[in-house]
Amino acid sequence: MSKRFELNKNLAQMLKGGVIMDVTTPEQAKIAEKAGACAVMALERIPADIRAAGGVSRMSDPKMIKGIQEAVSIPVMAKCRIGHFAEAQILQAIEIDYIDESEVLSPADDVYHIDKRQFDVPFVCGARDLGEALRRISEGASMIRTKGEPGTGDVVQAVRHLRLMQSEIRRLTSLSEDEIYEAAKQLQVPYELAKYVHDNGKLPVVNFAAGGVATPADAALMMQLGAEGVFVGSGIFKSGNPEKRAAAIVKAVTNYKDAKLLAELSEDLGEAMVGINEQEIEIIMAERGK
Amino acid sequence: MTIAILAVQGAFYEHGEILRKLGIEHFEIRQQSDLNKHFDGLIIPGGESTVQGKLIRELNLYDTLKEKILQNLPVFGTCAGLLLLAKQISNDEKTHLGTMNITAVRNAYGRQLGSFSTDGNFKGIGTVPMTFIRAPYIEQVGENVEILAEYNGKITAARENNQLVTAFHPELNDNLSIHRYFADIVENNA
Repeated sequence: MSKRFELNKNLAQMLKGGVIMDVTTPEQAKIAEKAGACAVMALERIPADIRAAGGVSRMSDPKMIKGIQEAVSIPVMAKCRIGHFAEAQILQAIEIDYIDESEVLSPADDVYHIDKRQFDVPFVCGARDLGEALRRISEGASMIRTKGEPGTGDVVQAVRHLRLMQSEIRRLTSLSEDEIYEAAKQLQVPYELAKYVHDNGKLPVVNFAAGGVATPADAALMMQLGAEGVFVGSGIFKSGNPEKRAAAIVKAVTNYKDAKLLAELSEDLGEAMVGINEQEIEIIMAERGK
Repeated sequence: MTIAILAVQGAFYEHGEILRKLGIEHFEIRQQSDLNKHFDGLIIPGGESTVQGKLIRELNLYDTLKEKILQNLPVFGTCAGLLLLAKQISNDEKTHLGTMNITAVRNAYGRQLGSFSTDGNFKGIGTVPMTFIRAPYIEQVGENVEILAEYNGKITAARENNQLVTAFHPELNDNLSIHRYFADIVENNA
């Protein structure tokens, strides 16, 4: 593993126990930073609006991203399309702290993901199961998040992805040494990565929850299921009182097991974002990229 | 000896793993009730200083922690932990615990592309691996502050009595020597 990959994995370790928030303007970025975000994701439209608008969705305007980089002192992430290495090169050129090769945008390549090892900046990628997570890591991702179903305010898919990943990790851990080869074959991942999970009982990189987290209780649920932090996309700035909700989710992630505190944090947050059930949506973003 | 690790955000787990390897008892501080337990030393981990600084205030940890440190509780801050202890931060008007007589610069090496690792000399220990992640450095130190490490002419580790800080992350490497150094401070304070 290269030194750069280690450093990029290390940055994700520093984000643990934190909340990464989607923001579309420097003002929102400042609100997020003030509310306790450990990083912000700069994008032109949050997933709920991307979903509503339809059409092709691309990397954000670099000028807009730079405006957000100037507005805050915490790490700034931005999304590129799956497989769109030219967009990733542009994001690296403006010194982004983390690139999200994201299924929220329209995929640019329906076969190949970006060869992330060719880059110096770190990548986070979505995954629905252990095989996907390890394939992305093999391509050079230094952080993983569940895909969930972005822009819905419905946590069911994030829960499904995280539970599946954890249960596959537990299963792999229980195998004997000579069974790992076959497990790697079935997961369609390199043997070394399957072996790492077998030996350590966890992914070789940090794993966050994402997609549909809208309340402090959602965040606490994901943390109790084993997430090391959460991304909140549409859930904050599509709600009635973004500042209060953002700050409450941050505290919920720190004290995710304290139900009494979670009860206090859940009080008077105003209206949560309007949720869309998975049966009601036309585009399943989680199916993009495998 | 029991060491508490501030665990409101960041890489607190990694510090716990190192203490486990050293056979030192430890627990996490996430809320006010955790402060009722006895501890002989405190570690403030890497993470985002803005988040940790906000949470120690809002979770009502600030006053007790500050008081204990001012009463000589041994404390070890890495990266964000250094910023939490710094009396001044030259590029941020907001300071946090502010108990250590140093002036720090936040994100002193720029964004993630400026992150790096190196081997460097740590006074009293020798050569140790040093990992800098969007790291700060120390621009200026007060008179009772001992400089323990420098990189390219910038101070990257220092000590003032029982307060120890590093701009880099000893918790990210297998080398246990700096945590052992801190454990000695805790031991000698008892």
